[in-house]
Order: sequence, then C-alpha cells, then structure tokens
Amino acid sequence: MTTILQLLIYGVQLGSIYALIALGYTMVYGIIRLINFAHGDFLMLGAFVGFFAVSYFNLGFIPVMLLSMVVIGMVGVAVERIAYKPLRSKPRLSSLITAIGVSIFLQNFPRALPAIGPAPRPFPRLIPLVNYEFLGVTISSIQIVMILLSFTLMLLLHLLTTKTAIGRRMKAVSFDKDAAALMGINVNNTISITFFIGAALAAAGGILYATTYPMIDVYMGSVLGTKAFTAAVLGGIGIIPGAMLGGVIMGVAEVLATSINSDLGYGIGFVILILILLFKPAGLLGKYTIEKV
Amino acid sequence: MKLFKGKMTYVFIIGLYIILEILNKTGIINSYMMQIVKFAGINIIMTVSLNIINGFTGQFSIGHAGFMAVGAYSSAVITTVLFKTINWPVYMQIPMFLLSLLVGGLVASFIGFLIGIPTLKLKGDYLAIVTLGFGEIVRAIIRLIQPVGGARGLSAIPQYTNLFWVFVFTFLAIYASRNFVNSSFGRACISIRENEIAAETMGIDTTKYKILSFTFASFMAGVAGGLYGHLLMYLQPDMFSFVKSTDYLVFLYAGGMSSISGSIVSALILTALPEFLRFMSEWRMALYGVLLVILMIKRPNGLYGGKEFKFLQIKNNKRMLETEQH
Repeated sequence: MTTILQLLIYGVQLGSIYALIALGYTMVYGIIRLINFAHGDFLMLGAFVGFFAVSYFNLGFIPVMLLSMVVIGMVGVAVERIAYKPLRSKPRLSSLITAIGVSIFLQNFPRALPAIGPAPRPFPRLIPLVNYEFLGVTISSIQIVMILLSFTLMLLLHLLTTKTAIGRRMKAVSFDKDAAALMGINVNNTISITFFIGAALAAAGGILYATTYPMIDVYMGSVLGTKAFTAAVLGGIGIIPGAMLGGVIMGVAEVLATSINSDLGYGIGFVILILILLFKPAGLLGKYTIEKV
Repeated sequence: MKLFKGKMTYVFIIGLYIILEILNKTGIINSYMMQIVKFAGINIIMTVSLNIINGFTGQFSIGHAGFMAVGAYSSAVITTVLFKTINWPVYMQIPMFLLSLLVGGLVASFIGFLIGIPTLKLKGDYLAIVTLGFGEIVRAIIRLIQPVGGARGLSAIPQYTNLFWVFVFTFLAIYASRNFVNSSFGRACISIRENEIAAETMGIDTTKYKILSFTFASFMAGVAGGLYGHLLMYLQPDMFSFVKSTDYLVFLYAGGMSSISGSIVSALILTALPEFLRFMSEWRMALYGVLLVILMIKRPNGLYGGKEFKFLQIKNNKRMLETEQH
C-alpha cells in the first residue's frame, strides 16, 4: 500500500510536467490546428537557458524560471513568425513539415554549437533537497515545489483563457479566424501571444524536469514532447483541462508500469491512448461531433 | 495491357542499373556511395507507400516506421533465427530471401489490417496520434522479445539485399502504386480524400477502402523493412523510432502529396542531401532543418505536388491528378 502511494506521488510529479508541456501543444493546436513538433525542443532550450543562467549569473530558482520562460516565449513567437505564418493559408500539412524542420534545426543547431554540444550535462540543483516522511511515504521538497508550481501555472492559464479579454480573443480566433478579424481582433497578435504562452510553459516544464531528473541534452525534448502530445490527445486536444487530466493519467500509468518493466512503462501510455480513443474518439473530455453537410 | 508508356522507361531503368553496376565494379563509385543508392531505393518504396495512405487516401498516418519494423523483423526471423540460411547453398538462399520478404510484407499488412479496422474510423489528427502510438508500441514490444535480441538488437543477418533486388522491388513498388492509384480502388480512395461525406453519399464504402489502402501500403513498408534488414545485417528496435517515421513524412511532403514522381525525386534527393552536406560536419543537420523550412515556404505543395512524370501518367487522367490538394 505504501509502495503504491509512493509510486502515485512519483506519477503525479511526472504527470504534472507532462501536463505543463501538453498545455502548450493543446493551446497551439486549438488556435491554428497545428501539431507543433518543435514544442518538445522549446522545453529542451528552456532547460539549457536555465543551465546557463545558473552557471554564469548564479541566479536562484524563481529568477531562472522567469528568465527561461521569457526567452523561450520569444523564441516561440519568432518560430511562429518565421516558419509557420507564411504557410497559414496553405495546405495544413505543409506547416507540419516546417514544424519538423524547425524541430530538426532546434535540436541540431545547439548540438553543433561548441558551448552546448552533444554530450549530456548535469543540471545544477536549484532547490535544497529535504525529505519529509508522511504516513510512511517519503515526499521531497522538490516534488512539493514541482507539483504546486505546475498546478499554479495551470490554474493561472485557465483563468487567463476563461476570464480575460486575451482569452476571449484566443477563443474567437480558434473558432473562426476570418470572423474574428472582422470583429476587430488582431489575429496575428493573438496567435503570437498563444505561442509565447505555450513556449513559456514548455520552458517551465523543462526547468522542472531538469530539476527532478538532472541530466540535460539536446535530444531530451523529443521523447518528452511525444509523450506530452499523447497526453494532450488523451484528454481531448484543444481542451485545457483535458491536457491536465491526460498528463496526470500518463504520468501515473507510466510510473506504475515502469515499476514492473521499463519498456512496458514506455509503451503503456500509447496503449492507454489507443484504448481510450476507441471508446471516446475525441479524447476523454472532447466532444465528438458528427460532421454535417 | 500497356505497362509504362512506351518502352523507353524500361530501357532507361535497365540502363541505369547496368551503368551503376559497371561504375561499382570499376571502383568509380565506392561501396559507401553504393550503400546510399540502395538506401535511396528502400526509401523510395517507403515514401511511395506512405503516399498511398497520406497522399491519395487523405488519411494522416505518422507511424510508418512501425510497419517497416514489423516487416524487417519478420523477414529477418525467417532467414536468421528460424533457419540459419547463411550456411545454406547459394541457390537455396535467394528463394528463401524472397520468401522472407513476402512473409515480412504479409505480416506487416496483416498488422496494418488489424490496426486499420478500429482506428480508421478516427479522423485526422486523432488517427495521426494513434499511428504514432502504434509505431512506439511496436518498438516497445520488440524490445521485450528476447529471441530476436530484445533491446540489444538482432545481428548476423545475412546480406542478401543487393543493387539488383533494390532495383527490382523499387520498380515493383512504383509500378504497383501507379496502377493502384489509377484503378477503381485508387479512384475510390481519391474520392475519400477529396470529400469523405460526398464519397459516402455516392455509395463508396469509405472504411473498406481506407483499410484496403492502409493494408496495401503496410505490405510495401514490410517488404522495404525486409530489404533494409538484409542490407544493414543488423536490426535494433530503436532504428524504427518516431524519428524514422518523420523522415518518411518529410520525404513525402517535400516531394509533394499525391505525386509518385515527387516521392521518388524527394526520396533520392533527401537521402543523398545529408551525405553531400557531410563536409559541414556538425552543422549539416541544422542546415537540413533550415533547408526543409525554406523548401516548404517556397513550395508549400512540395516539389511535384499533384504532378507526375510522363511515364507515370495514364491517358485521360491528367485532370484528376491536377486537382487541388488539401
């Protein structure tokens, strides 16, 4: 029982990172219907920005987090402007290939830079490690900070999209770009803001991930990105609470299965996804609409 | 029935094969470059088959390497694990190799069929993520099967794949795809791509045709996988990761959807491109990414989107090929 409870804590911890990354996927998908393959690489870049901020400026946890979020947010906006915007009115799948191109670039450009290179690097510890015993279960200060911080960020995002004017603009653009433009909404700006928030959340996810699993390399984003994307689809892509739910389910399932066998842990998320899509074809919280002519 | 228009195409293909063999024998092209030519052939089969699903039927599958893995492992199991064909006399090896390719293709197509039944009811991006998940599950399962080496990989596979077989199977794949696309099955698939609801209204059993094209394409991917394993002489589950599937997606879209010619051209160019960029060492993959973005921005429909070489066209069929891609 204690073991299962302990595994659940690890699961929620991993799941909250998946959820943060999944949110970025979901937001971008929701607004321009693009699976942003480069999203996982934003996460990797975020971790590296954090790494350099600590090594050169010796900043603390919160400033590192904020700096990395702002820098990567701007990278996200730049990527959208350069690589996705010119293709917005073109066949939807061409922008998918540019997304793959961006992803290849974002992985291999830092790899070629002498300052970063292909070798994995240890990520400095930003939060002092304290273990708390509770009902026979160990929970560390890192886990508490991570889970609280991810859920705070998710809550803020939820409030932003439901209660503010920006959120209403995003919803309008996602619903119908042309109609939104006619209503006086600046579509380009709204999409840029969405990319900024999505990429910033990925950067936050990257820092949190590196804090827990302190090894970073240029390819760390691709596997995490795939899993987070799976989580987003699992919950219903384009739906923000769905991404959170999907992330936590993925994380818990993965940790439980990994305790049996590591390859099983890797595959289990996808198995769950396929099973759920068979019964709920639009994800857990998605509404399946029958297309009408 | 007329094969390709006129006989020039055959002369060209056979000529190209002979020239490559001569260049290889005389040492003008070294074995490393020959290896790249063979990979290009396998990549053409993969890209053309992915085109059947993504380009002509309009379904969005992004786990094609999974089928390749199934085919590669099934055929390698026959030649390496079940029978030690490497110790057999030469005249027995070739039939066994061809049989193993057939088995690889059949197993892959059967899995494609099984996966297709439930998943092809899903639409667009949901189908995409399920096929992605399928590819990753295949990889995880192979890692768990110890008789084929698990995560260590399967080594000592005899090298049966040579330039001749690559040529034969690449030709067959292109020929079969071109005939498929121009058959009534192919037209049904294209109508699903153009407008699924309209196709259904016209009495086309959309699910049936989607599964059919999925099965057909996974057969070709399985055969390509068999060739791949017998060329590399070594298989490892991580070779068939999502990265490999995205490679084929890139080949497909860069060449242009619904264009067999485009798939051929882009598989050739993009297989060779990283090798030509090798002088840039570390920077080459970064540049590859940039080139890809520029290509898609300048030519959003790919190199050959919706167009075909003359020898792949069928008379009175031009208009259909030129329809706008979605």
